[in-house]
Amino acid sequence: MNLHEVLTSSLDSIRQNKLRSFLTLLGVVIGMFSIIGVMTAINVLQKSVESNLNVLGTNTFFIQKYPAVQMGGGTHWKYRNRKNLTYADYLQLKDRFSGPATITAENWHSGDPIKFEDKRTKNSVGIRGVTPEWEFSSGYFLQSGRMITRNDLEQMRNVIILGQDVVDVLMPQYNPVGQTVTIRGVKFKVIGTLERKGSIFGQSEDHVVIIPLTTHLKMFASRWTSLGYAIAVMDMERFEEVQEEIVFHLRLIRSVPLTEENDFEVVSNTSLIDTFNQVTGAIKMAALLISSIALIAAGIGIMNIMLVSVTERTREIGIRKSMGARKRDIMNQFLLESLVLTEMGALIGIVLGILAGNLVAVSMDVSGVFPVQWAIIGVVMCSVIGVVFGTYPAVKAAKLDPIEALRYE
Amino acid sequence: MALLELKQVTKVYQVGTVAVHALRGIDLMVEKNEYVSVMGPSGSGKSTLMNVIGCLDTPTSGTYILDGKTVHDDRIEQSSVGKLSDDDLAFVRNQKIGFVFQTFNLLPRITALHNVELPLIYAGIHKKDRLDMAKEALRKVNLEDRMHHQPNELSGGQRQRVAIARALVNNPSIILADEPTGNLDSKTSREIMQLMDHLHDEGNTIILVTHETDIAQHAHRVVHFLDGLIASDEFTPKGKG
Repeated sequence: MNLHEVLTSSLDSIRQNKLRSFLTLLGVVIGMFSIIGVMTAINVLQKSVESNLNVLGTNTFFIQKYPAVQMGGGTHWKYRNRKNLTYADYLQLKDRFSGPATITAENWHSGDPIKFEDKRTKNSVGIRGVTPEWEFSSGYFLQSGRMITRNDLEQMRNVIILGQDVVDVLMPQYNPVGQTVTIRGVKFKVIGTLERKGSIFGQSEDHVVIIPLTTHLKMFASRWTSLGYAIAVMDMERFEEVQEEIVFHLRLIRSVPLTEENDFEVVSNTSLIDTFNQVTGAIKMAALLISSIALIAAGIGIMNIMLVSVTERTREIGIRKSMGARKRDIMNQFLLESLVLTEMGALIGIVLGILAGNLVAVSMDVSGVFPVQWAIIGVVMCSVIGVVFGTYPAVKAAKLDPIEALRYE
Repeated sequence: MALLELKQVTKVYQVGTVAVHALRGIDLMVEKNEYVSVMGPSGSGKSTLMNVIGCLDTPTSGTYILDGKTVHDDRIEQSSVGKLSDDDLAFVRNQKIGFVFQTFNLLPRITALHNVELPLIYAGIHKKDRLDMAKEALRKVNLEDRMHHQPNELSGGQRQRVAIARALVNNPSIILADEPTGNLDSKTSREIMQLMDHLHDEGNTIILVTHETDIAQHAHRVVHFLDGLIASDEFTPKGKG
């Protein structure tokens, strides 16, 4: 009995029990839908993150006290107990390092509004204290006025550069340069404005002001203040080398023993993507696990329905055996039937999952994806489920005694 | 050499703790193109005999040779020769036996043609040849005009003719008919028996189980069963003539 014959008879029997077959399929459809849906959505997110991260500038990496994303519980204390990254460390690092890169130190504060005349920004405005090198690592460009200079830094001047969102709120009709704004009652002279940068992950990059780091530290520093260093590498060929050198110097400055690991984090686009992949990897594993359970439940459903089918068709099995069907003919027939059921479910689930996953793409305005790899994994998983749970009923059918089966009413 | 040869065949069923001796040592020879009726009350062992001859069941002891093929011989120790495996038995059923049942036993949701094709599918015959052979078999039972109908669209007599076509299609050594007219009215029964007679005239070997004497008289030889033994084995007037 060839494959075509068996396939035809399987499809016939599925067609003859449409509702039952559909309900049985449903379990597989749901399992596959959840796997493929989650995987597609994550692939879409991944694509979006990768393209967004390029906005940060591929030639820059960061040194900070805490990692970009913290995974797992109990590790927070490890990071908290680290020494802060200080301005003094920064000055030493700059002194020692002579590679093809600029090093910026930066501190971030929010919670205080910028005021001008009777207007004020939201409390959430980002107040960034920077060193003059910021110009090269930030990805921002001046629209008018000038940058923060070494003199501003050394003399702790109260000067400020405004982001476009801040200009829009405080002084849309003025030329901002030369105006005076206040933060916590301290007066700042506006020396420039930044070009609009847009938003990343839905958050505006222009709701920000820039002041000299020294001034920033005087106003906002506390015992928890730890700076971030941004290193912009001029020669991309030497990116790795610069990173190693910075780490080497910083370990010396902070007297980290040779046997200890770094007491600071190196964050780059690649490391951010790595971290993101770690997170999504965990989500993928969870999705796979949950869906596998759903698929196993679906498999049990299939086994159940196939057992019913074998009982119902006992007489048919007897007839086929009396006509010369061997055990393996009967076995193949029922096995293929459960395989066809699961594969149909898999296909429907894959199509629905890809559609649902790509809804995320539509909502995030990125191009859609087709997770071929996961579709294949899904089909393989379903085949395994179909075979594993179809075998017992098929063996049961094949083992029926032809005389008993022919007598069955 | 006889087409079918049974020597001292016994069959014992274990029902709970009781051993039921369905066959107690049967000797039976059937020649090619014989037409044999098997009669006997229920429980006499005639159904068991049919199952053994039809290779649906194997004897407990004794020898069974069908068309030169040793189906069962407990004198031979090697299991590969003396006792056929399930798949070997399936092969013998497929190649050498044509069953006709009292309840027709057609598959309900496929056409008459497809039903007749069934043994050929298991014989591994190619689709095109298969269709030709199945149509030819349906022509022999005068049902070529109904071949695309499903069993529930056919009368009882037509269904039995489809079943006979299915039994014929593989060109078997023996046609085993178990009460083929049991579910039919007398007029249809006559038609079916005429068909059986015709098949015999064409050279087929037929073994017919029945409890109706007039049906049994279609055969040339009647074997009577009683309590698992052959009580009588004689020629009918037809056979003598």
